[in-house]
Amino acid sequence: MKFERYGIGIAKGMALTFRHLFRSPITIQYPDEKLVTSRRIRGNELVWFPEKCTGCATCAKSCPQGNIVISTHRGEGSKFEVDIFEIDSGRCIFCGLCVESCPYDALAMGLSYECAKYRRGDLILSKEKLAVSANHQPSAYYRPQFEDKLPKQSLLLYNQAEGGQKLKFLPLSKRKRGSGA
Amino acid sequence: MTLLEQFQLLLKNANWPDWAVYLTPAIAGILLILVFVLTIIIVFIWWERRLLGRFQLRTGPNRCGPEGIFQPIATAIKILLKEDIVPDKADKLLHFVAPIIVFVPILMLFAVIPVGEGAILVDLNIGIIYIIAISSISVIGIFMASWASNNKYSLIAGMRAIAQMVSYELPVVLSIVGVALVAGSFSMLKIVEAQGIPYILQQPLGFIIFFLGALAEMNRSPFDLLEADSEIVAGYHIEYSGMKFAMFYLGEYGIVLAYAGIMATLFLGGWQGPLLPPIVWFLIKVVIIFSFIIWMRATLPRLRVDQLMSFAWKFLLPMAVINLVIIAVEVLVLPLSMQWLIIILNFGFAAALILLWSKLFTLGGGRVEV
Repeated sequence: MKFERYGIGIAKGMALTFRHLFRSPITIQYPDEKLVTSRRIRGNELVWFPEKCTGCATCAKSCPQGNIVISTHRGEGSKFEVDIFEIDSGRCIFCGLCVESCPYDALAMGLSYECAKYRRGDLILSKEKLAVSANHQPSAYYRPQFEDKLPKQSLLLYNQAEGGQKLKFLPLSKRKRGSGA
Repeated sequence: MTLLEQFQLLLKNANWPDWAVYLTPAIAGILLILVFVLTIIIVFIWWERRLLGRFQLRTGPNRCGPEGIFQPIATAIKILLKEDIVPDKADKLLHFVAPIIVFVPILMLFAVIPVGEGAILVDLNIGIIYIIAISSISVIGIFMASWASNNKYSLIAGMRAIAQMVSYELPVVLSIVGVALVAGSFSMLKIVEAQGIPYILQQPLGFIIFFLGALAEMNRSPFDLLEADSEIVAGYHIEYSGMKFAMFYLGEYGIVLAYAGIMATLFLGGWQGPLLPPIVWFLIKVVIIFSFIIWMRATLPRLRVDQLMSFAWKFLLPMAVINLVIIAVEVLVLPLSMQWLIIILNFGFAAALILLWSKLFTLGGGRVEV
């Protein structure tokens, strides 16, 4: 006797959704919890290495938007000193052509992705804002040499063997939830 | 004697004028019911959103207050502050009256739902008949809303509402009659007092029929055809906003609360239970039924219109009639002392009938298609 059309399917479905009650939610409570992004992300900011830059302006020429302002003067010896290096991130399309074209690896895409500003003027990234610092790190996009130093991307894996978080019952409260993955 | 009558007696003994003796307790009772219902509706909205979120691996609203408990209040403020839009070619009077006609009968239902010993507004001796009569009125309100909106989607929803609610009224009424037969009374208080063993054990089939019928009556998933978001946008309240929409929204949850209360009263033993106070037992039973309804919403897809109608007429109605006959014969033949025999018999009958009917219910060689 087959129990196919006696409401067994409904019971199976109800059991399935009931099991879902005891799984941890897959939503990330964004401002409180953040995932680690891909190491090769084309972030919203560019990172500039002042000591490597020769002021050749290859980046400015390769920019499809004409968005990079660079002006130099001759310094000691044969080296050019950069006076102005400005990128308007409001107009930038993040194509990464400037990073790919730089002959001296002086420009890299950044890791950051939270660059919303209140004023248009704040979008213009000056020399100081672009320069590499502790919280302004380059990503490994087109710069594989940085890859080892960067944290591994975290995904929502509920399997310990794959480096994910262990599946467990989590209460309703957001505070008791596991920190990311 | 209900608490209200005791209050009246107290005022009478204190030599209040006649009109005040009748008016004061009545107004106090009505206000108490209003506050009770609205508070529970707010908790219900929060509970549904949280629990549905957990079923779908989300968290649900958790920002506004502890565990997001104030989210329904924020939603209510948002709805109330919105502009009240009336379509140009709408029937203005019906458009205005419809939400009131939907909401008021639902509030009236709570007059005869006992939440404790004597804690009932009026102990009508025809309590269940009153419920059957009053709960059907909101269909008219829904049809008025759908007609007055001058919108094709809402009109479709109105047609569906009439078809669905009229069809499902019959099995619901017939399964209630089974309860009244065993209890020997239509009064809600007497039915609760008659339940030494909850009637869900004595009449499992009747409970299933009543539950499914009530689910259709209150337009909850999987019978939410008249507000099917993916088919007819929002159904009958598509042209409503502001306070009028809030009335529909409250009415939706109010009728769930009312039917959960009726189910708890008729089948789960009402306020009766050990240790805890009666009101707590009543609320526990109501929340269990409501959580089960949410569980069904999280699982089951919406029925098609023809499936809905054939389920009512071909499955629930014959089952309800057979159930009534079985109960009547048992009341006539078996003595009341053989409760456990009745329970075992009825569980057997329920299982056999459901198996048999699901075999008969299939259309076209087992395919549930036209």
